[in-house]
Amino acid sequence: MTSSHDPVGSFHPASAPDYLPLAQLRDLQLRRLKAIVRRAYERVGLFRERMQAKGLTPDSLKGLEDLAKLPFTEKSDLRDTYPFGLFASPMEEVVRLHASSGTTGKPIVVAYTREDLDVWSSVMVRSFAACGLHQGDVIQNAYGYGLFTGGLGAHYGAEALGATVIPISGGNTQRQLMVMQDFGVTALCCTPSYFLHLLDRAEEFGVDFRKLRLRVGVFGAEPWTEAMRRRIQADSPIKAYDIYGLSEIIGPGVAMECRCQSGPHIFEDHFYPEIIHLKTGQPCAPGEEGELVLTTLSKNAMPMIRYRTHDITALADDPCPCGRTLRRIVRIARRSDDMIILRGVNVYPSQIEGVLLAVEGTLPHYQIILTRKQDLDEMEVEVEVTPEVFSDKVGAMEQLQKRIGSALESTIGIRATIRLVQPRTLQRSEGKAKRVIDRRNLQ
Amino acid sequence: MKLKQLSLFVENKPGSLSGPCRALAAAGVNLVTFSIADSQEFGIFRFIVREWEKALDLLEKGGWVAKVTDVVAVEVPDQPGGLAGILEILEKAGLNVEYMYAFTLKRNDKGVLVFRFDDPDAALRVLRAGGISVVGSAELEVRLRPSR
Repeated sequence: MTSSHDPVGSFHPASAPDYLPLAQLRDLQLRRLKAIVRRAYERVGLFRERMQAKGLTPDSLKGLEDLAKLPFTEKSDLRDTYPFGLFASPMEEVVRLHASSGTTGKPIVVAYTREDLDVWSSVMVRSFAACGLHQGDVIQNAYGYGLFTGGLGAHYGAEALGATVIPISGGNTQRQLMVMQDFGVTALCCTPSYFLHLLDRAEEFGVDFRKLRLRVGVFGAEPWTEAMRRRIQADSPIKAYDIYGLSEIIGPGVAMECRCQSGPHIFEDHFYPEIIHLKTGQPCAPGEEGELVLTTLSKNAMPMIRYRTHDITALADDPCPCGRTLRRIVRIARRSDDMIILRGVNVYPSQIEGVLLAVEGTLPHYQIILTRKQDLDEMEVEVEVTPEVFSDKVGAMEQLQKRIGSALESTIGIRATIRLVQPRTLQRSEGKAKRVIDRRNLQ
Repeated sequence: MKLKQLSLFVENKPGSLSGPCRALAAAGVNLVTFSIADSQEFGIFRFIVREWEKALDLLEKGGWVAKVTDVVAVEVPDQPGGLAGILEILEKAGLNVEYMYAFTLKRNDKGVLVFRFDDPDAALRVLRAGGISVVGSAELEVRLRPSR
């Protein structure tokens, strides 16, 4: 059995589209784009209305550059049409539903037909192949299984690759380390911060990373920096690869780094990228930094046309030594909105507000403080005490703290520390209040 | 016959308590008695003053969150069993005590305890029926006058 890391790298047949000559790739993209725009126009009311409002029809799309004329899709559109308002396939053809957190209590629902699942599987196979994994590898999948797209997305891809898949899902550090050691795991899928946490605790459980067969980390679901990669690669014998994805587009597998580790290659035969100026929405010049916009070229159940990701990045189109003609995303380290990513979970300050309002009946001044302890993200919410909730009984105040804490946990799925503070101690500001203090210092 | 108690939310950090105390001092308000209940991160400072409305006003203007609660000041024989006797009367009547603390005042052989009841009016009836003296605001005034 070849080692999973021979220098030449194994080539998987599914990766063929990664190397399409540019002229052919652009041809393919245009053909698919015309078809998907027509599909969305005919079957998705919201998209058709917006096209008509601009005086456009599917025939307005003659070349790839005409995409810039089409209307955008926003996350709020998915929220507003909850649950199934943006579907382009009848329910009998929808074989999978996933959901991720939206800005209010309601999740964002995404759908897949059988063909969509096959595409998802294939881009995940291409992702694993890009970092040198193949049949014979033992892949431990610690992304969460369930409504979250991470777990099942990575799972089906790893299985299709022909690897031995361990569907361990998240949590239970001791068990993760035991499995990694005892099952001879060669690749791990999880968030980068969770990996650092595993490294920290390994000694405690008698696990020495240098003695493991683990050689590859497929890390995603949260932004992470080059410095973090250097640290991971210095503190362990693995190579750390950045995988990019989002549920609204398909899940993990929208883009993935090759062995050159110079930014994820977008599988643009399925996901067409644009970079736009945040304020004007106009296309950026090649290589310029702006907001990433993605259009799904082959999704049946829920096509997304010009979806604004709110991720700030740039596209690199200089040739990569790996030979792929797919453009690369420069590492994404920040967002353009106030969304926080905590342990791979999307959290919005407005969700916190919703909870406070529901529990207290009023909205007190609050502040979210994010820290990193032993490589795990922690969230503390400071809430100013108001006359409405103040009681002379300690028990009542502690109850209040507890109620806020559990309501928050059931809304965002994370247990945060709630701290009651004296009124007028939290920052006030004109305009947008600085609700989030991020001390995680992604260094 | 009930007394007004003020309570203040006090965060567990330096200066939380001294701030309000200085504000009260500056306005010439004297604390008659107080107690502080603590939990891990915060405390509740409960106190009794004569001019409670003035105190409440100045604290609120200063940005603190204060609350007014009715409490009952009960006269207790200053001897072994003094408190136990009162508690027995309360228990028999099924009255719940939320918290209590002592007054710094004492006269003759009686001490004074502040009781916070869920139902102060019911407590007053039970105590009177049991022959227990309660110190109201008028009586408090008398006792606070400097003795000659």
